[in-house]
Amino acid sequence: MSDFEPILTRNWNVPDGDTLKVYESRGGYQASRKALTTMDPDAVVGVVKDSELRGRGGAGFPCGLKWTFLPKDRKETLLCVNGDESEPATFNNRLLMEKDPHQFIEGILIACYATRASTAYVYLRFEYIKAYRILERAVAEARAAGHLGKNIYGSGFNLEIWLHRGAGAYICGEETGLIESLEGKRGWPRIKPPFPAIEGAFRKPTVVNNIETLACVPHILERGAAWFKSIGTPKSYGPKLYCVSGHVNKQVCVELPLGVTARELIDVHAGGVWKGRKAKAAVPGGISMGLLSAAELDVKLDFEDIRKTGCLGLGTAAVTVLDDQTSIVDYLYNTSRFFAHESCGQCTPCREGTSWMYKTMKRIKSGGGRLEDLDILQNMSNNLGIMPGTTICGLADGAAWPFKNALAKFRPEIEEYIRTHQDPSRRITPLQAAIASGVSADVAVRHSLTVLGSAPAPAALHSADGGNRP
Amino acid sequence: MPSNPEATVLAAMIPPAIVEKIRALIPRYPSPRAVTLPALHLVHEHFRCVPHRAMAEIAALLDITPAEVSDTMSFYGFFPQAPIGDVRVWVCRSISCMLRGGDEMLDHACRSLGIEPGQTTQDGKLTVEFAECLGICDYAPAALADDGRVFGPLDESSTEAMLNELKQGPRELF
Repeated sequence: MSDFEPILTRNWNVPDGDTLKVYESRGGYQASRKALTTMDPDAVVGVVKDSELRGRGGAGFPCGLKWTFLPKDRKETLLCVNGDESEPATFNNRLLMEKDPHQFIEGILIACYATRASTAYVYLRFEYIKAYRILERAVAEARAAGHLGKNIYGSGFNLEIWLHRGAGAYICGEETGLIESLEGKRGWPRIKPPFPAIEGAFRKPTVVNNIETLACVPHILERGAAWFKSIGTPKSYGPKLYCVSGHVNKQVCVELPLGVTARELIDVHAGGVWKGRKAKAAVPGGISMGLLSAAELDVKLDFEDIRKTGCLGLGTAAVTVLDDQTSIVDYLYNTSRFFAHESCGQCTPCREGTSWMYKTMKRIKSGGGRLEDLDILQNMSNNLGIMPGTTICGLADGAAWPFKNALAKFRPEIEEYIRTHQDPSRRITPLQAAIASGVSADVAVRHSLTVLGSAPAPAALHSADGGNRP
Repeated sequence: MPSNPEATVLAAMIPPAIVEKIRALIPRYPSPRAVTLPALHLVHEHFRCVPHRAMAEIAALLDITPAEVSDTMSFYGFFPQAPIGDVRVWVCRSISCMLRGGDEMLDHACRSLGIEPGQTTQDGKLTVEFAECLGICDYAPAALADDGRVFGPLDESSTEAMLNELKQGPRELF
């Protein structure tokens, strides 16, 4: 698409593009002025709904539709902006805040007007230190210029934006985990329903939107829903920021119409796979989404096509490339370590399951793998998460998907690894196997000689990895 | 400065200026408890840790129990109870950094300083921790200092250079 004109990134390379002066000189805050002074809030919701803008944070829920779920008779509405971008390999929201904070603030202003929210909390992950400072300055500038505060543009609409910093927890990117964290509690996701639109932060109707989603809103207001729908693929409209990292020559964030292929991202925008190698696989949109094999790189990265490959979805559209020298075992070791570390501990299947998967991968990687471990991992990944109905939020689904995809697409390679990387000192012991097969630890130890002699083959259950904890 | 559990009356630990900052945040939220994380950040910034006494004082300011503050504080793994170094640096170990040697750079940094991940150097200048994705994958393998400085892509020599630079102390970003 050579005729594609970047929208969300149009101010990125403009000198002082992060200042109010430059933003206004390039047409900024015209859309918010138009919305607040000439449109009814419901009309704004209507335009966004018509544009079929889908949330850019990972789940892809239609933004305008989400706004209509708010109760009609509500007294107060809150907007929580999800700036807890923590999905591995994703950094588009950071750049949106650092390079064009006013576009984001204008998006908040319009969203708040549309939903009649007079307070917006921007929940920002702590690690975005530079983005926080830039936003702090930008919010102050916008307030001083009358884009925030009381009676904005004489419309009678009031809005305050407060920045709220997280403290390094991945789970706070889940919208109800974010709400709990904002309320000053541990970031434990809530059981839904009630959904935040009905009962969210501080038990008030709450809209939770992603930064990139909000950054699209001013442009939709300015250019119209039809314009937005003219970009992208059927059912996946608009521009999207794609991140590419890992084994590529140039790690970048690039704005393209929804529906670009992973291959185009890698070859055209990221300068190809590094060191002249070939890609073995690619993570399509943050590690929660699973894994594309090299043969699947021509799939369109939009909300629809990507699912045909068995991946969970578009996610955050952050592509990570694995070159042909990379072991899938290392990939699974890394993803399982991540989820074991980031599971919030609320639901037992996730808390225990992610640790178990990590310990198994650690044992396989270090030379103590058994072929039957792969069946156990397959079984666990089928039973872990919100989809099989065993957890409250989708973190465990994200932990399971890399295993589902890797076992479906790369099982022979993993088996080969297990066969050729055996280290007797890393294998599970007969005593562990006996305990795992149901012999009580006490009995097993007291009768260790006989039990060890007759221990069943270590097939029935998973067992520990020799005391190594994550 | 360890607190004495036998003492019944202790002088307030959090300085008045920070108490004022915490109080000023309360009107922003429908519930004072929401100020827990911001208050923890302010206290942490001042002491480079959140001592248990300060935690109890935060609870009193926000009209909640110390257990509630402790519950939140301990969940995040961000607020240590003993002071960290003058600079805290996180070395990323998530997918994009791992693929390009992030784990090795963490090892290298720790070995070079003679510490384990999560520990502080003897001179109190530097704390090195691992992190899950820092959102700076365009610099992978990358590291982030708690004053906002970003380092990457790291190799062994640039990791050394980073450590030497960080040992000079924190810097104002803007």
